[in-house]
Amino acid sequence: MMQPSGQASATTVPVGSDADLAWVRQQVRQCAAALGFGLVQQTKLVTAASELARNTLVHGGGGHAEITPLDNGHARGLRMSFVDSGPGIRDLELAMTDGYTSGGGLGLGLSGARRLVQEFSVETEPGRGTTVTAVAWVTQVPASRSGLG
Amino acid sequence: MNEPVPVHPAPVPVLALGDILLVSLQGELHDGLAEQLQQDLSHRIATTGVSGVVIDISGVDIVDSFLGRVLAEIASTARLLAARTVLAGMRPAVAITLVELGLVLPGLTTALDVDRAMEVLSQRGR
Repeated sequence: MMQPSGQASATTVPVGSDADLAWVRQQVRQCAAALGFGLVQQTKLVTAASELARNTLVHGGGGHAEITPLDNGHARGLRMSFVDSGPGIRDLELAMTDGYTSGGGLGLGLSGARRLVQEFSVETEPGRGTTVTAVAWVTQVPASRSGLG
Repeated sequence: MNEPVPVHPAPVPVLALGDILLVSLQGELHDGLAEQLQQDLSHRIATTGVSGVVIDISGVDIVDSFLGRVLAEIASTARLLAARTVLAGMRPAVAITLVELGLVLPGLTTALDVDRAMEVLSQRGR
């Protein structure tokens, strides 16, 4: 019942360089467009992906991104997971605070990306790595419901 | 759909139009390229003594916090080198996303397109 078609078409993209970040952005945009996300939602998703993939690269020492189309029977969505086996996040609450940075950036990566998607979770363990997962669902427009009885 | 499309880092061209430098950013901008642009522009401003810089981002799909920071730093550096910077042509979806991201780029002058950016610079000129 959960995501019957989702798992088969998951795309895994390595995150090890600047060029990989561009590749992650392209993949997320293509996937979001194919799922029917509108332009603003696409832009938010690609931006969130860029922030999170950069975190994987800069703080996690590289890793990979997994992009999975979802279908829960009511709506289509996109799940993006960013996985690294770096040092982990010691104080998650602090890391999620606007303006907090350990990498010389603006400190908007995690907190900003969370605002750009509907579901957001972070699994981290010091010394073992971090996985950040973000999910967004295609916003239903009233017109598209006309087919439902 | 999964056929790898190579993304080539290409240098960003900087055009001199009289007293103004015009930079048009297109599509994917690598982090390294954005930093390179920051250095190139600062050098050009200092050596040519231009009074303004217009950065056209109408061809840019997304501005994340990294590119946003680079753009803000370019504007700050230009100001120290006696030039004004106008960011032109931001797409509405990019503006919405930046606000939600929390990156509002205070102190950065914007214009809807390059023509208007040129106007802003000429009005504020000496």
